[in-house]
Parts: sequence; structure tokens; C-alpha cells
Amino acid sequence: MLNRTADSVARATPEPLARKVRGISDKGLAWLFISPTILLLLAINIFPLFWAIYLSFTNFRANRPNEVVKNLGLANYKRILADQDIWIAMQTTAHFVFWTILLQTLIGFTLAWLIDRKFRGHAFWTTIILVPMMLSPAVVGNFWRFLYEPQIGLFAYAVSFVTGIPATQISMLSNVSLAPWSIIIVDTWMWTPYVMLICLAGLRSIPEYIYEAAEVDRASNWRQFWSITLPMALPFIMLAVLFRGIENFKMFDMVNLLTGGGPGSTTEVASITLKRQAFESWRTGYSSAFAIILFVAVFGLANIYVKALNKVKQR
Amino acid sequence: MKSTFKLALGLASALVASTAVSNVAQAEDLTLCWAAWDPANALVELSKDFTKETGIGMKFEFVPWTNYADRFLNELNSHGKLCDLIIGDSQWIGGAAENGHYVKLNDFFDKEKISMDDFVPATVVGYSEWPKNSPNYWALPAMGDVVGWTYRKDWFSKPELQKEFKEKYGWDLGPPTTFDQLKQIAEFFQKREIDGKTVYGASIYTERGSEGITMGAMDVLYSFGFQYENPKKPYEMEGFVNSDKSVKGLEFYKALYDCCTPPGASNSYMGEGVDAFKSGQVAMHMNFAFTWPGLQKDENVGGDKIGYFVNPKGPDGDQFAQLGGQGISVVSYSDKQEAALKYIKWFANKDVQSKWWSLGGYSCLNAVVKDPAFPASQPYAQTFLDSMAIVKDFWAEPSYAPLLQASQKRFHDYVVAGQGSAKDALDGLVKDWTEVFQDDGKM
Repeated sequence: MLNRTADSVARATPEPLARKVRGISDKGLAWLFISPTILLLLAINIFPLFWAIYLSFTNFRANRPNEVVKNLGLANYKRILADQDIWIAMQTTAHFVFWTILLQTLIGFTLAWLIDRKFRGHAFWTTIILVPMMLSPAVVGNFWRFLYEPQIGLFAYAVSFVTGIPATQISMLSNVSLAPWSIIIVDTWMWTPYVMLICLAGLRSIPEYIYEAAEVDRASNWRQFWSITLPMALPFIMLAVLFRGIENFKMFDMVNLLTGGGPGSTTEVASITLKRQAFESWRTGYSSAFAIILFVAVFGLANIYVKALNKVKQR
Repeated sequence: MKSTFKLALGLASALVASTAVSNVAQAEDLTLCWAAWDPANALVELSKDFTKETGIGMKFEFVPWTNYADRFLNELNSHGKLCDLIIGDSQWIGGAAENGHYVKLNDFFDKEKISMDDFVPATVVGYSEWPKNSPNYWALPAMGDVVGWTYRKDWFSKPELQKEFKEKYGWDLGPPTTFDQLKQIAEFFQKREIDGKTVYGASIYTERGSEGITMGAMDVLYSFGFQYENPKKPYEMEGFVNSDKSVKGLEFYKALYDCCTPPGASNSYMGEGVDAFKSGQVAMHMNFAFTWPGLQKDENVGGDKIGYFVNPKGPDGDQFAQLGGQGISVVSYSDKQEAALKYIKWFANKDVQSKWWSLGGYSCLNAVVKDPAFPASQPYAQTFLDSMAIVKDFWAEPSYAPLLQASQKRFHDYVVAGQGSAKDALDGLVKDWTEVFQDDGKM
């Protein structure tokens, strides 16, 4: 029956097409199928990358198409590496990445560990915890801006209720010391569930018999956690750190919506600086060089990290 | 079968005919690009007359202020055909002229007998000319605008507040004429209980992302003695941008921000200012004049409750105000330049300009603003006229964007984030601007 159907389909193939296809090898057919993807990848990823590398050595400005494009050699790179503002932006980014990852990993793993206890209603709570990461960053940024409002914001009122400090004095987004933390809080609120999910997958992958063997050996809960749970979940935790690290290194939307890089340049992370140079100051060559430096930094760090991750997995 | 065939044929013909008709209509439609704000709505209303007169339909592409420059400069830089007409910001004129984005209008003005002498001189220099003060016109002055102030007339006239103010400061509470007076009033109202509500002194521009804090700080700095360059030697900025007077001006702006603005007003521009005033939070409010018609009509704070005053004088009696507003230009990449020029010709007409003012737009035509009835035509008309007489504008160089970004950063770092001193900020600004002009080969 099946053969008859395949046969009828083969017969239904128009003769000219059938004649063409009949001559293609398996390898050729494979290339035929993947070539649209490769072409798309070349057009939207590889070509722009090489184009940006070329532009990074020039004085090109996208808003001055009639101007002669000069080759500057490494001048853009030298200028960036000597630019104090760029280094401040990189420090701000590092501060932001460090604290968000630390908080998200700690809270995410704790939540995963709790959810893994399989208490009554754990499925419901898992869904509730996942809600923030399902929201659009634009929505999250906007409603947190209102929550942080010192005159009408619930966050200010909650802090005021606990600390007794008047709500109008709690200007999370205007205060130089608090503004970076306001972004860290929102990012942690939004993305901790993501870390939790990955950690939960790690915890669920630990075979039950290992714990049973540990029980037989009369290992305490604390000992089981340090000797079984944490080492076996570590590759998953590291994977979550890698994903969040890469994401937060190029964080743009939340910072742009909450503070726009302010007050002053307190929360101006590298991606905001890059956007300002590229699309507000129109220094296309200069910003291309900065983008390449950021790309190399992320790529290099991610590679080192992946090697470390592989070592942990092999242990 | 026959009737089915006829029906199909009829439908097909109707489809072809309707497509053809809509193509004809589309070919005649003009797209006008501008910011999304109250005057744009007035222009939509006004443009209906143009369509009635000429049969040319009008479409509009309005973008919020915060994305206005990004969106339309991208469009112009990519030689896009979206906009046939554009009402571009005054600072774009240098770049748009030098990069060939706008059609030069001199020949058209000569042919149609449109004279720039018929327009308010400051708006011609600010919105139309490049190079500045040369008879090279790239736009028709379309929307006059300037930074001024509104105040709560009802609060200012409360007898108990007047008495207390007089006792404290020794002069009658009223619209300030100097910046010192403005600060005293702002301090007086800061955190005061009025009608059971805590209110604040003033709303000023502090926005970081686009141009807000520069427009606000410059509005004060000009009257304190700030100059962009040596009047005798172009692009020489040392001692002018960072003069002692400029430093005092910037220190004043920071003091005003620190003492007298509402909590959390660290990223406030036109919209936030209007919100603060409309919600009864502030006694005074710095904003462009385009916001005044809307505020005047507001049920809670408009009518008799609102008053207007010109940007006050600095310590030496100098008085200037930041120019806003725009000219209307024909985009050189448009395929409908003839129709677009027809619109410009129509818009320059005196009757159209009078209607433009009555609908909430700010005409720049002398015949409208110098009409004896003009000052009494709206409660804010005289303040607008007085303000337009003292305007100064930011750099309109082709590199205005990096120049603006530098001032945004330097001012925000000092005024809002409190980093460094006013002198550091202005020295840094001289350094940044010098780099930009060196890159441009102008220094």
C-alpha cells in the first residue's frame, strides 16, 4: 500500500523536473536544501560583519554619503582604546553583568532547588515564576519606570513603608547610586526564571539512585548537596551563566527604557555608547571599530568559558 | 456558465479600474513628515484646504520627538522616498543642505514672488538659511517656536502667599524678570502645600537621550553670557564656551535643578514638563511655546489659572531664549517635487498663515504676527512675540549631531549626576567640540 502511494507520487512528478532531479547526487541535493539558509546567513550575518570590519578602518559617516571615504588604518581602534568614556562604559557593563549574573544564578538556583522538591502546587508556582520572562522587555521597562516613580510608584511606597524614608526621596532612576541597581533589580526580576528553568533541568537530570546510595551511606543532606547536587548541576548552571552573560553584555533595551544611560552617564553601558556613536553622532567608522572590539571581547571570553565548561562536564 | 463568465469579467474589470483609480490618487498624494505633537494635528486640519483647492491628497508621517531625528535623518541619509515634504528641525539645515537632502528654494521663491523679507528675520536665519546669514534658502519658515515659561497665575495671586513672599524676599510675587527672581520663586513654592497637595518650584529640561538638557541649559546660559565662538574668529571656543559667565550660568542651572524640581525629574523634556504642569505639580514650567495653546485650553490649569513670561534676564541684563521651530522643505529624493512645491506656495499664503495661527500653529509671517490684533488674539501671543525677538540657536553645522551629543553628556553628567564642576563640564565641551570641528576639517 505504502509502496503504491510512493510510486504514484513519483509518477505525479512532472517529467521535466523529474529528469533534472534524477541527475543530482545526494551531496548535491543536500547543498540544494541548505543553500537558501547559507545565502541568507551570508547576506545578513557574514557580509555585514566583513563590511563592518572594512568600515572600522575608515572615516565613513553614514549621514555624509557624498564625502570621500579615507582609510585611517588603526586610528579608530587606537582612539577607542584611549578613550576614557569608552572605558567607563565598559566598567559599567562589567559591573552590570557581574551583579545580574550573581543574583540571577543564586536566586535562580535556589528557586529551582525549591521547585524540585515537588511540593503541592509546585506546577502552579513554576508557571507564576515564569511569567516575567514571557513579557516583552518594552513592557517590562515601561511598567517598572512607573513602579520606580517617586511620587506615584508602588516600589517607592513599598520601600517607604519598610524603611520609613519618605517615598518622594526614593528616586531610583534619578539617583546616581541607585540607578544602576534599579536596572539590576529589573533584569534579575525578569531573567531569574530563565536561569531557574535551566537549573531545574540540571537538577531533574540527576539520577535518583545516586541519592539513594548516599542515603545508604548515611550522607547528610548538606553533604548530598555539596557532593552530588551541586557538582552534577554545575554544567547547567555554567550554561545559564554563559547565556545570561552574553545577553547582558549587549543589554540595550532595558537600560534605554529605564534610564537612557543616565543620570549623567552612570548607567551608560557599552551598547548605549555604541548606539549613540553609530546612530546619533553618525561616526560610522568609529562605531564599527567599537563594535568589532566588543565582538572580539565577547567571542574571546565566551570561548574561554566554553572550554572551562567542557572541562567541568568531563569531570 | 455564460452568466458566471460575465460576472467574473465584470469583477475583474472593476478590480482593474479601482486599482487604476487608486494608483492615480496615490500618484497625486503627498507625504509630509514631521514630529508627532499638537501642531501636527493642526497642520492635518489646515491641509484639508490644500486638498480641496488642488485635488492633491495629503498623507502624514508623524514620529514622536524622542525618535524624530533618528527616524527622519535615517530616511534622508538613505535617500528614502517616504517624505515628499519634511518639516525638519532647525539644526538639520546645514547637514541637509550640504548633503543634498533638501531642494534649494531660491529659484522657486523668485518665480513665485515669495520673499523672505516677509517672514520674521530670526526664523529665516534659523530655519531657512545655510550658510547662516547668506541668501541661500532651503526651507520656508513653517512653525515658529521658542522656549518660554508658564506659571500658575492662580497660586501667584493668593493673598496669603503674596504676603508671605513679600515678607521673605522683599518684592511682590509675580512673573520673574531675572533668573535670580525665578529661583527665589521656585524655592518659595518647593514642597509647599497648596490646596492640600505638595507642589514644587519648577519643571525644567533634563532629558538625556535626545536634546532636552541642552535646550534647557542653553536657555539659561545665553542670558548669563555664554557664546558659541569668538564672534571675530569662527570656531574659536576657548574662553567663550567656557567663560566665567558660562560657568556661572551652568552652576545656576544645576542649582535650580537641585533646589526646585519635582522628585525624579532627571529625564524630563517637553512631554514630562507638560505633565508636571497639567497635574498641578509645579508653579513654573519651562517649555517650547507650541505647548501653550494646549495648556491654555486645559480645564484644570488653563484659562485664568495660567500665565506666561519670557525667559528672564541674566546677571548682566542680557536676555536671550532658545530657538525652537522648523522650516518646511522639499525632499530632493521625492518624485513629486512639483506638487510639493505647490504645497509650499500654498502654505506661504497670508490667509493660510492666519488660519495656521488660529488652529494652534505658530506662523512666522510678518503679516500675521505684526498684525495689530495679534498680541490680543491669544493670552500667550505677546509673550511669543517678545520671546521670538531674543532668540539664539544651537549649532546648525552639518555635524550638529555629535556636537549635540557632546553637550548632552557634559551637561547631564554635571547637572543631574553631579559629577565634576561646571568648569570641568564646559572645558570638556570645548575639547569635544574642537575634536568634531577638527574631524570636519574646519579647524
